[in-house]
Amino acid sequence: MIIGLYTVLSHGNLVKKLIGLNLFQASVFLLYISFGKVVGGTAPIIEKGFEVYSNPLPHVLILTAIVVGVATTALGLALAVRIFNAYGTLEEDEAIAAEESDGAAAS
Amino acid sequence: MATFELINIALLGILVATAIVITRMRALYGAVMLAALFSLVSASMFVLLDAVDVAFTEAAVGAGISTVLFLTTLAITRSREAQTPRRRVLPASLGALFTGGMLLYASQDLPGFGTADSPVQEHPITHTYLEESQHEIGVPNTVTSVLASYRGFDTLGELAVIFTAGVAVLLILTYLPRQSEEAERAALLLTDYPVLRVVSTILMPFILVFAFYVQFHGDYGPGGGFQAGVIVAAGFVLYGLVFGLDSGRRVMPRRVLLALVPLGLLLYAGVGVVNMLLGGSFLEYGTLNLHHPEEGQHIGILLIELGVGVTVAAVLTVVFFAFAGRRVPR
Repeated sequence: MIIGLYTVLSHGNLVKKLIGLNLFQASVFLLYISFGKVVGGTAPIIEKGFEVYSNPLPHVLILTAIVVGVATTALGLALAVRIFNAYGTLEEDEAIAAEESDGAAAS
Repeated sequence: MATFELINIALLGILVATAIVITRMRALYGAVMLAALFSLVSASMFVLLDAVDVAFTEAAVGAGISTVLFLTTLAITRSREAQTPRRRVLPASLGALFTGGMLLYASQDLPGFGTADSPVQEHPITHTYLEESQHEIGVPNTVTSVLASYRGFDTLGELAVIFTAGVAVLLILTYLPRQSEEAERAALLLTDYPVLRVVSTILMPFILVFAFYVQFHGDYGPGGGFQAGVIVAAGFVLYGLVFGLDSGRRVMPRRVLLALVPLGLLLYAGVGVVNMLLGGSFLEYGTLNLHHPEEGQHIGILLIELGVGVTVAAVLTVVFFAFAGRRVPR
């Protein structure tokens, strides 16, 4: 999780940032799911013969979060493609530099 | 239970190692493939932690669709990362270490792993979900009943988020210039590889049948609309990758896909409105069958899971086609 956060903060490359964000998010998912686990329990599908089940609520939350996560990742990638198209780079610094020199040329 | 914990710790170790390598890697293709490995390993951890539904989704999304999306992005942009400047390393590590320290400090208060008397397990809602859902809703898979019935509002909202993200991707990418048809065809045609062609032709019907099984069997086993939608989308992505976008579009015309994107969401919300017309509250499925509320619950869950499946599959397929259809001149 910390590694993911570090990647988001330190890397200038937008695609790398998104990968880092995905790592970050995956570790949060793991944390949530581990809360629901009961040692000796089984998957929360009710069946005769089992008494202990893991908690279904974290599963529901994370299940939807994963799909929402991929949708937002797609949005981020679309923005990255758009930025690449406009500035010819995926690096944050270079894009900002290009933006500023553009502004200076215009004014 | 020592073996169980050992396996978990080993998998966690693999995850941490993968993550470290990913951050250090400058070849982005490699980093994306490692990220796919990361999510596959975390999917197996989800199975160990009894979250079969989640593992399902993570495997299909993380190892399948998001990897393909990253790869197509790299194909139309650039695949090497610049050296991280020194001046960024220090503040970023300080920030990360600080947050990590805070989290470690906070984790002292967490209940032990897998204990049955933690606040999460003792909260009365857990009992409701596990015990009472059997006669209130009558669906063996409690994940499905919580997702579709008890927390139906949340799920509707999440579906709306997916819908919005899909629409936004389309709006952003539609303005990009497209390369000529021939170049596009040449760039994205793997039909020359007989193995790929034969294998994907054989696999395609199985993927779709499996998706439908997952869709309609979600009440009884692991599965449901989200998973089925992701699997259908993965099937179409495979088809589009191997046979080229044109054949993909012939199988699934853009118009139909675009119509399906809001259709699922409307179906979901429509069920809620019908419930209100029948005299219940929004998304109170029991009203669908006045004499047997449980039967009504079944119909309601089936319908809204169908809505979820349709929108998720359509959004992800449309997004893939939108990415793969662009060729940015270098």
